[in-house]
Amino acid sequence: MGVVTRGFVGRRDPAAANLPPGQYLTPDFPVLSAGPTPQIPLEQWRFTVTDEAGAERGWGWQEFLDLPSEQPTVDIHCVTKWSKLGTHWQGVSLDTLLGPVQTQAGYALVRSYGGYSTNLPLADLRGGKAWIAYRYDGGDLPAEHGGPARLLVPHLYFWKSAKWVRGIELRTEDTPGFWETMGYHSYGDPWRDQRYAGD
Amino acid sequence: MAETSAPRPVHWLPARVADLREETSTTRTVVFDVPDWPGHVAGQHVDVRLTAEDGYQAERSYSIASSPDGQRVELTIQRVPDGELSTYMVGEMRVGDEAELRGPVGGWFVWHPEDSDPVLLVAGGSGLVPLMAMVRERARAGNGAPFSLLYSVRSPEVVLYADELAHRARDGDGLNISLLYSDSAPEGTARPVGRIRPDDLAATGLPHGSAARAYVCGPTAFVEAVAGLLADHGYDPSNVRTERFGPTGG
Amino acid sequence: MDDSESRYVDGNAVMGMLAEAFHSEMSTATVTCANCGRSGRFADRHVYDRGPGMVARCPYCGEVNARMVRTPTDMWLELHGSTSWRIPVPPKA
Repeated sequence: MGVVTRGFVGRRDPAAANLPPGQYLTPDFPVLSAGPTPQIPLEQWRFTVTDEAGAERGWGWQEFLDLPSEQPTVDIHCVTKWSKLGTHWQGVSLDTLLGPVQTQAGYALVRSYGGYSTNLPLADLRGGKAWIAYRYDGGDLPAEHGGPARLLVPHLYFWKSAKWVRGIELRTEDTPGFWETMGYHSYGDPWRDQRYAGD
Repeated sequence: MAETSAPRPVHWLPARVADLREETSTTRTVVFDVPDWPGHVAGQHVDVRLTAEDGYQAERSYSIASSPDGQRVELTIQRVPDGELSTYMVGEMRVGDEAELRGPVGGWFVWHPEDSDPVLLVAGGSGLVPLMAMVRERARAGNGAPFSLLYSVRSPEVVLYADELAHRARDGDGLNISLLYSDSAPEGTARPVGRIRPDDLAATGLPHGSAARAYVCGPTAFVEAVAGLLADHGYDPSNVRTERFGPTGG
Repeated sequence: MDDSESRYVDGNAVMGMLAEAFHSEMSTATVTCANCGRSGRFADRHVYDRGPGMVARCPYCGEVNARMVRTPTDMWLELHGSTSWRIPVPPKA
């Protein structure tokens, strides 16, 4: 190893336990984005599930809030190495949104206002593992953290939890999203350190 | 005129802290000795990388505060809340400590001592650092080009290089310095406290539509506001060079 | 001034990474945006650099001109939002 800086520890909690490899606990909630915060008036907001044949099922904001919701408490892990444990959210489970959908598709492409996208297997959105979240830590989800609503899929690196979500396309083939076309891992399991393609 | 510099490989260079100077309660100048330093131009910056004993690394970019001086590179670091490098460099770092520097970098936000054109420098908070390198370089090179510095700062307690700015302003020789206090000002200050305004530009005496080259540095929101004021003052955008430090300015 | 809307820096912030990868000074490169057609210096792009990678957006229309990711083994570069880059090269001595 080359140069070592005496006494430098960085923004890390030395007592942190049970984190995925290469992760560090953070007390704050960093704001990371690929562009300016989209401003989406609630009366124009829509969330749409599109199946592989192009059939759509969508909800406006008030309809969405009327759906049954859950209040998951989850750990989140960002590929830039910070982790946050025990975060509190409220949102609609993807099981509720996908329940009535008949599909042969094995994959999903998630799209956001502002142009961001990410991909994951459809199975990773089902079985109580994912939500469209609109409240965080007891308040409305702030715009800088993805409000009005974001995808929350905490078992994968947090770049998969697309902010400002506007829809999910069900696909028979896996279609890489914004970071997945730029060297990041297509699946992204933090417990197997799957940060980059080929990991 | 296109600004270029000779292409050369840019790598991480070992650096050792040779000296430290406390500037304000939250800002410190770290003087690095960098064997193999290729030299730099006023306005350029470096990336600094720190490595913990277990191999964890973090890096950030800092403007060079000093004019070229052999192997010596001075950085003025402001501690920002939860700043990973700034907390260490302002609070803990000691003479003899080691880091790595990559650079110098920057071919546009630079001022060469061969230039004789008038220059307007507009600094927001720690955005003063690369502009101070230009002021220092101008003095070192004996360059008489007219320089106007507008330095927007919250209060007297956080003014960087206060004594140095005062004595350089007294020396005259074509350098004009205005401190623009945004939150609180010393007793008897004529200018009403507040953010930079069109009046401040007019007070430099630079005419509307001036061909002076402007360098603007500071937090992103400050730079955008000043770019707007300069456009209103008739500046050609191609004469305005900007460097944005991000929302916290650190 | 709402600082939350100014969460970008500019091309100056990524000069070190680019210089290391390309051995070339990029701040004076002229980028032509594929979306609005306007040209400007790379140094003036609005750069978002605190996420998994770097995104450089056109300061005029906001569209993405370039994306870069530095992995342990590679630099990934995507430029489909730029029609062209023009990088000054000093004359050979």
